[in-house]
Amino acid sequence: MLCDICGKNPATVHLTEIVNEEMTELHLCETCAQAKSQQMEQQFGLSDLLAGMADFDKPVSGEETISSQCPNCKLTYTDFKKIGRLGCGECYTAFRKYLGPLLKRIHGSGEHAGKVPIKLAKTISRKKAGTEELRLKLQKAIETEAFEEAARIRDQIKELEKKQQDENAAE
Amino acid sequence: MQLNDFLNHTSEWLKGTGPHSDIVISSRIRLARNLAKASFPHWADKLQGKVVLEAIEAAVKKNNYFKNTASFRLDDVDAVDKQFLVERHLMSMEHAQKSENKAVIIDTDEVIAIMVNEEDHLRIQVMQSGFNLFEAWGIINNIDDLLSKELSFAFLPEWGYLTACPTNAGTGMRGSVMLHLPALVMTRQINRVLAAIAKLSFATRGLYGEGTQASGNFFQISNQVALGHSEEEIIENINGLIRQIIEQENQARQALLSKNRALLEDRVNRSFGILKSAYIISSDETIELLSMVRLGCDLGIVNKCMDRRTINELFLITQPAHLQKIENKKLTSQERDVKRAELIRTKLKIQ
Repeated sequence: MLCDICGKNPATVHLTEIVNEEMTELHLCETCAQAKSQQMEQQFGLSDLLAGMADFDKPVSGEETISSQCPNCKLTYTDFKKIGRLGCGECYTAFRKYLGPLLKRIHGSGEHAGKVPIKLAKTISRKKAGTEELRLKLQKAIETEAFEEAARIRDQIKELEKKQQDENAAE
Repeated sequence: MQLNDFLNHTSEWLKGTGPHSDIVISSRIRLARNLAKASFPHWADKLQGKVVLEAIEAAVKKNNYFKNTASFRLDDVDAVDKQFLVERHLMSMEHAQKSENKAVIIDTDEVIAIMVNEEDHLRIQVMQSGFNLFEAWGIINNIDDLLSKELSFAFLPEWGYLTACPTNAGTGMRGSVMLHLPALVMTRQINRVLAAIAKLSFATRGLYGEGTQASGNFFQISNQVALGHSEEEIIENINGLIRQIIEQENQARQALLSKNRALLEDRVNRSFGILKSAYIISSDETIELLSMVRLGCDLGIVNKCMDRRTINELFLITQPAHLQKIENKKLTSQERDVKRAELIRTKLKIQ
């Protein structure tokens, strides 16, 4: 098989491109494949994609009221749109209104549901990491008719909720 | 510990053990973490980068859990050694590009690899042989807890762990599984499978991760979504998908065996023949042929079969940097092709 681009050298690299769920196959020689991959990188760098997405994400309200520069690392939102990378953790707070819709667009959901750093676990309300996960387990246990397990989890949830209420009251 | 020690050592992920190790080569989990308030590597100046590097190295040193690890600062690692680490999947190609204030911390079993100042301050990786994501999660979750006692990570309750690129924010986790799918490729079903994977918003990559094409029927599949689900849910989702792909590959293998046994035996044994007799062989051809031999051994249609570990090892030691480390000198591409063929012939003779 000869290369699809130059038609001279044997094709040794086989690429599959998926655009809008349409698949095309490309058979290329090594030289053309390298040129092609450089070209694709230039065209489709992740930062460009992100920057493109970020552009659409106009904040819902208060366009001019949020700061457009991170007070901690001095990165501006324009910088972010250019390079597709944030400057530091504080940027997420500084550009909160812009990043919320962007994160939703990328991940399809806006709320963290995973683990919490040990140091922060005490100060952050454990509702998400604690009871919600238990509730899921409870549901699973009921579905699989593991009722003893379910009862145990139910008690755990109650206990946890009581603890949280006490803590809130103490604060 | 020195980098050369790894040469005489089988990486954890190459052992060819673990669940479904006929189809699943390895399972890997990585966590992206950043230090609170510190600028991300691409935005940090020289001094800030150094402070981060030293803080992370100190945190690792402080804990006895990491006593079998060593930190390699990339400023002290030459180009071949960097490539060597990439080939062993201990660091990314991107990490090998620049070296200022960058390091990789590795344990002697090559289960743990922590890249410092890659795209994020920390990229923690745990590798396991076979289909074993939960095992890897158990290990990495513990490492993350240990490090978070010493270091304050950038974190917001609603958006989780904060990363340089918002695509990683949330859990900062990516689970990936390396699959060997020769039968799906031979029966031309692979494109259908890859399209389905993409639709479910999982990513497919080649042997060496980001930006590499699949070669020798190897595919790396990983989650794209990092926010909105717990780590366990994400892993369970990957596992569900991988189980289906394993099932499909097994069906394709059985179909080939029952309908096209002669063709299969021909391809496998020809591949074996070329490996045993070639005097010049490229890295790509080696991977293609070894892939066929691996399939043949898995299906028991090679007369004198090599064990999976030897085949896996051959995949690695025939890579460019490994050849140069074994020969202990720089080799041109042509020289490598000759040495590679020689090495393969020797290894197959011993078997």
